[in-house]
Amino acid sequence: MIEAKGLTKDYGKTRAVDDLSFTVQPGTVTGFLGPNGSGKSTTMRLILGLDAPTAGEVTVNGKRYREHAAPLHEVGALLEARSVHTGRSAYYHLLALAQTHGIPRKRVDAVVDLVGLHDVATKRAGGFSLGMGQRLGIAAALLGDPHTFILDEPVNGLDPEGIRWIRNLLKGLAADERAVFVSSHLMSEMAQTADHLIVIGRGRLIADTTVDEFVRRASGGVVRVRSPQATRLRELVLAPSVTVTSDAAGVLEIAGVTAEQIGELAARHGIVLHELMQQQASLEEAFMELTRDELEFKAAEAA
Amino acid sequence: MSSVATPGVPPLEFHGRLTQTRVIRSEWTKLHSLRSTRWSLLAAVVLTLGLPALFAAVTSSHWGSMNAHERADRHPLDIALAGVNLSQLAIGVLGVLVITGEYSTGMIRASFTAVPKRLPVLWAKIVVFAVVSFALSLPAVIAAFFVSQTILSKHNLLQISFSHSGVARSVIGGALYLMLFGVFCLAIGAIVRNTAGGIAAFVGIFFVIPPLLNIFPTSWQNAINPWIPNSAARSMFQLTHSTHSLSPAGGLAIFLLYIGTAVAVAAVLLVRRDT
Repeated sequence: MIEAKGLTKDYGKTRAVDDLSFTVQPGTVTGFLGPNGSGKSTTMRLILGLDAPTAGEVTVNGKRYREHAAPLHEVGALLEARSVHTGRSAYYHLLALAQTHGIPRKRVDAVVDLVGLHDVATKRAGGFSLGMGQRLGIAAALLGDPHTFILDEPVNGLDPEGIRWIRNLLKGLAADERAVFVSSHLMSEMAQTADHLIVIGRGRLIADTTVDEFVRRASGGVVRVRSPQATRLRELVLAPSVTVTSDAAGVLEIAGVTAEQIGELAARHGIVLHELMQQQASLEEAFMELTRDELEFKAAEAA
Repeated sequence: MSSVATPGVPPLEFHGRLTQTRVIRSEWTKLHSLRSTRWSLLAAVVLTLGLPALFAAVTSSHWGSMNAHERADRHPLDIALAGVNLSQLAIGVLGVLVITGEYSTGMIRASFTAVPKRLPVLWAKIVVFAVVSFALSLPAVIAAFFVSQTILSKHNLLQISFSHSGVARSVIGGALYLMLFGVFCLAIGAIVRNTAGGIAAFVGIFFVIPPLLNIFPTSWQNAINPWIPNSAARSMFQLTHSTHSLSPAGGLAIFLLYIGTAVAVAAVLLVRRDT
């Protein structure tokens, strides 16, 4: 379990993380979503104590990460940029990390096999492809068999097979009652993996919700209606709290009433409906909608 | 790349704690698993041993054509320890790289995630590097002494006994110097966190500043020179000491003071700075 309270980080005059509070629960995959540069990696570094917060605090399993007696058994981390000495082999990289906690060599062999790096374990990590580097990072995260995982953009650079493998791995870890906190700038990726979402933009919390709720909120409760009697329906449905727009003849997009209410209204007045549908914004659209202000602000700044 | 099926993560039966001893073992693995380390250490040993042998051979063959002044300038211990002057560069560069190599590659993030208190990593690096560099340089300087003496003995030149007063101390002092110099450079590397900067810093302190002192009047030079890191450290392996140099023990004490300061600054910065 990860708990952040009022987490804030300034780099010089730039505020990278701004008063962020959230909780990552065990037994779920929590997606950490935001455009590039929104503060995801910084937040993860703050959790691991690699950077010190300007204000606020964050604990892992009840303690600051630094204060744990056996950090690798608490948290498995995959950090954004490669965090491996390019001159060292994958095996010795993992062994050196394992030895800090007295983790036996056979565990190193086991995680090497698990991530599929068996054939290249003795090769210098500097020659690894991005995908192999990610697998090595995952292997390091699994070394200590921790309760909590923090993974920064784990699918970056992986082929479709690797992406599927990561998804299964994350779901398996959550099913095992572990807390999994995984960042991405790709909404579609999170849709397939995450149960819960924490969305940030410009370092600020935008949403802390389930994936389903996130989509429902972002689609704004718009109902799309197609009817040969659209004009009549429009007159009937109009009310101060209801807005109706139309971008084609015979098609209405109605906000402020539910699909059920519209259907019943139409039935009462004998209006024929060809289509009645609760609009589902795709996750991608929902994400764009929610982060648009942040991005616009950025673009304006850059101009 | 295999395993598309739901990957099963096998449980780990034994959960140990993070300890200083374990971090030392980890740092030993890090040190010996890099090709650059092995080459630097090999270079240091070859230079420590090879240069005195070469120097002894050249001295022997040219002795006949040297005048009295030149002959008086040759000292057996200077020949035996000639390699230290060059091998210290290899040791210094390696000392810097032990820490800056982690910053330049990003490895430091993995190291500090495994050991978030950070200081155990610094202590472990110092211990491992000190032990390894001393374990290699001590036999190298002793061998350099006997090899150069053997070469010179063929012409019956510049013979000195290992048991002669101050000789054993100077030879061991040479190895101690290499080790401490390496630790000093490691601390510099931890402070600047950049390979080029670290090398520039130790070269500046040990090789650029000393000759610059010549711009001062002689009385000032005599007052300042013994106390700068380079001179203090060299007192450990010089056989003779003038009124303007520190005793071997005094030089060691001053050099340790410099190293202690550098390590303390490195430790404070290591804990305080973001990674």
